[in-house]
Amino acid sequence: MTKTPHLLKNSLKFPQPELEPVDTTVAVATAATPTPSGTRSDLEPGPRGRKPARRFSRRNLFIYGTLTLVALYYLLPLYVMVVTSLKGMPEIRLGNIFAPPLEITFEPWVKAWSEACTGLNCDGLSRGFWNSVRILVPSVILSIAIASVNGYALANWRFKGAELFFTILIVGAFIPYQVMIYPIVIMLREVGLYGSLTGLVLVHSVFGMPILTLLFRNYFASVPEELFKAARVDGAGFWAIYFKIMLPMSLPIFVVAIILQVTGIWNDFLFGVIYTKPDLYPMTVQLNNIVNSTQGVKEYNVNMAATILTGLVPLSIYFLSGKLFVRGIAAGAVKG
Amino acid sequence: MKSIRTTLVAATALCGVSVAHATDLEVTHWWTSGGEAAAVAEFAKAFDATGNKWVDGAIAGSGGTARPIMISRITGGDPMGATQFNHGRQAEELVEAGLMRDLTEIAEKNNWKDIVRPASLLDSCTLDGKIYCVPVNIHSQQWLWLNNSVFEKAGVAVPTNWDEFAAAAPKLEAAGVVPLALGQQPWQTTLAFQVLLVALAGPDAYTKVFGDKDAEFAAGPDMARVFQAAATARDMAKNSNVQNWNDATTMVITGKAAGQIMGDWAQGEFQVAGQVAGKDYTCLPGLGVNEVIQTGGDAFYFPKVDDAAITEAQGVLAEVMMSPETQVAFNLKKGSLPVRGDVDLNAANDCMRKGLDILAKGNVIPSPDQLMSADSLTLVNDLFVEFFNTPSLTAEEAQTRFASIVEEAD
Amino acid sequence: MAAMARPARWHRNISAKVAAIPMIATALCIFIGGTAWTVVYSFTNSKLLPKESFVGLRQYERLWGSSKWLTSIENLAIYGAFSLIFALVIGFLLAALLDQKIRFEDTFRTILLYPFALSFIVTGLAWQWILNPDFGVQAVVRGLGWESFTFDPLYNPDIVIYGVLIAGLWHETGLIMCLMLAGLRGIDEDIWKAARIDGIPTWKTYLFIVIPMMRGIFITAIVLIASGIIKVYDLVVAQTGGGPGIASEVPAKYVYDAMFLSQNLGQGFAASTMMLLTVVIIVVPWAYLEFGGKRK
Repeated sequence: MTKTPHLLKNSLKFPQPELEPVDTTVAVATAATPTPSGTRSDLEPGPRGRKPARRFSRRNLFIYGTLTLVALYYLLPLYVMVVTSLKGMPEIRLGNIFAPPLEITFEPWVKAWSEACTGLNCDGLSRGFWNSVRILVPSVILSIAIASVNGYALANWRFKGAELFFTILIVGAFIPYQVMIYPIVIMLREVGLYGSLTGLVLVHSVFGMPILTLLFRNYFASVPEELFKAARVDGAGFWAIYFKIMLPMSLPIFVVAIILQVTGIWNDFLFGVIYTKPDLYPMTVQLNNIVNSTQGVKEYNVNMAATILTGLVPLSIYFLSGKLFVRGIAAGAVKG
Repeated sequence: MKSIRTTLVAATALCGVSVAHATDLEVTHWWTSGGEAAAVAEFAKAFDATGNKWVDGAIAGSGGTARPIMISRITGGDPMGATQFNHGRQAEELVEAGLMRDLTEIAEKNNWKDIVRPASLLDSCTLDGKIYCVPVNIHSQQWLWLNNSVFEKAGVAVPTNWDEFAAAAPKLEAAGVVPLALGQQPWQTTLAFQVLLVALAGPDAYTKVFGDKDAEFAAGPDMARVFQAAATARDMAKNSNVQNWNDATTMVITGKAAGQIMGDWAQGEFQVAGQVAGKDYTCLPGLGVNEVIQTGGDAFYFPKVDDAAITEAQGVLAEVMMSPETQVAFNLKKGSLPVRGDVDLNAANDCMRKGLDILAKGNVIPSPDQLMSADSLTLVNDLFVEFFNTPSLTAEEAQTRFASIVEEAD
Repeated sequence: MAAMARPARWHRNISAKVAAIPMIATALCIFIGGTAWTVVYSFTNSKLLPKESFVGLRQYERLWGSSKWLTSIENLAIYGAFSLIFALVIGFLLAALLDQKIRFEDTFRTILLYPFALSFIVTGLAWQWILNPDFGVQAVVRGLGWESFTFDPLYNPDIVIYGVLIAGLWHETGLIMCLMLAGLRGIDEDIWKAARIDGIPTWKTYLFIVIPMMRGIFITAIVLIASGIIKVYDLVVAQTGGGPGIASEVPAKYVYDAMFLSQNLGQGFAASTMMLLTVVIIVVPWAYLEFGGKRK
């Protein structure tokens, strides 16, 4: 890894928390590992930047003030969506989108989940929820399995030509999906997977591959070489090292990969609708149908409720994973 | 194989609609709004009554979202049982590629040639003498919708044609009303232009431009007048900043705007708002000048499949869609006109009757979808959306560009 | 030691190559194959279905003669430049703020990051609403008494792309902030100590010492942002539909519209080939240096 900051490099290779046998309690590691130079675990709220200043100083006021303002700005759209989804249509037409509802109604939520019509099917988003899960689970598992093994091979078992393919892959990350629609229809048709869940899972794996491989490759490259060598000395092979050494200490990067894939696949509309059949259509298809109905009166409250409902799965994963995400991102991205 | 299919088709024909062979038939379409869904439900109901089962595959977001999905399904070798397209040239290539089922036999047996009116509808479904689709409705675009009370308040008589409307614009503006509501989406601006073209220059001019692709005529003085009128319309609509057509209609209903040029589907909005035709709002077909309507509409195509049961169900559905009862039930809900002239529409309101009268008189012109390829139409759309949104683009310049599009068009 | 650490080369190659088969297949079949297919068919006049009727460069002539395409390119340039700069700068500043040993860091971080969990469609719709002059920000400010206040980016062709930018940044800066924060956490405390001893001001330490050390992070961030910029489509569709007029068209939308609205596959392929060409010209040399070159 060429671009590792030099100081880090010299400081006897990362005694990073990831090396601890999988221990989800995030930040203990630094203390436990003898770290000569104070590389902190990624999220430990250790001293950062400058020397901690006194509370209530002007500097603190500035920091908290700015962050609070920014946070309010970031929360604004969510606030608008939630507030709108709790209003009745007459109230929405009258008014100010920022005003809290005068009269709270959960009807739009009920409607979005179980009553909104798509053509003749009036069962709202609920119809697509399980389909989304059915698509999500195998796609996430397969794409991450492939990308992690790939990243591992690229980082630790380099072979001639590997970097070339990797470069192609990275360039592939920049190709707009629309361009690939027809070639993939043709390929899937030729292998007989068109319209099946398997086909869609493969498509998701393919398009998730560039970024995921990049992250895994960077992560595995940051694992101390000594560890790898020691395993080789013990006679462990490619798969043994992957399963016995790499996997157990890769929780953070897997969390990142899971989050990215869950977000991407759950929010996908285009692939879901083009490469499957109606009985497999994901939730986003219903969302599109509810939100995009071109004729008739737009029920903004139902749209907003549907929108929030559809976003709940990725949102809750974000809220639950919390620190692990940043920790994983750190490990996967720091080393260029 | 072919003979089996022929036999089956013949069998279907013999047994007619009455025999129940329970087959699930997946039908894709992009009708998802309240009124549209209610209309589709009529098809589904009638089809289910034959003992088969309508499996609904609705995709919202208009044809632009739905069509790639449908085309992918058909070319991907996993076709649905039936699918909506706007008739005209959208599905031409799928037919040429042999992916669509030939419906000629069913059409002949049921005499579609005689009952479908105007005949141009069936022509659009015909390629090399064979019929490939079922037209289900007629949507006309040539309407000017006016809010009567706005004109009263501004102290002007409700216009009876476009020129009066344009003349009333200053007074309307003085009264704080946007004279013309116009959604900013490309198709709406093109629609406004086409309607002006047919109304002010006449149906022949329209056919010359869109049908014969006569570039010289498109660059000529008759068309110059139309472009000037379009510039006037642009001016009248300069304070209208909505995107969707129904938002524009809402501006008219609520009195923020005085009028809108829009297809007959706008009427549904007035009805939902509880307004009465003739009393609360006025509709002027052909902008009150040339009372002609375009006969665009929707049609259903049936992809070729290997499954005999599905093939049979397709035939049943085609017949059901054309049957008089279904035509009436469907079109009343959809707000469009039926494709057969021999049905009775008692429930139709004032504006719909005006449309029916014009249809009966035969004052019809084909829709642009029937005349021009989707590709050329997009170029036209792009030009007009730019024109209506760029006050600095002059009528003359737009006309020159329009003429060159017409010259290249196919 | 060497013999043990480095087993016979072929052996080592085999496992890794087997493991890399999916990647190689994807790179060759999908990315190279699909791209080649697209390029080939960009020279045809394919309409609804791909057809091998070659027409030379006609699709390209038409592409560059189209004002919609030119507007798309211009918008992408504006959106891309600002998006890249602002996402990096804002992301870094926010990360630096969060990195000051503050309380509630988790809360702030979660708030900044959550938009990334939402799809672009959702982002576009929410912002379309907030920026709507009739009941969004403009209406509210006017309601407070400032009657002449005008803020309607989505309805003004001159600035509509900035309206899209606001939403785009809202969506992605959280993720960039996380990356930056991760990078800052990887900076050795000794560096800060040394900088302080030398009396270097904080901002200088950040600018000249810390940022250069975070090169890897910046690269990952740029790959993420840039690949998103090129593909920006859903956001525009949901927020403006490309309007008013054609003022907020973007290349990915041009491609999609050409292929599926106007049923002119050839034109869509030509436009996407141009996009690919741009990507290749910019990305390939960099990617090769970055990933393909010799490593230390």
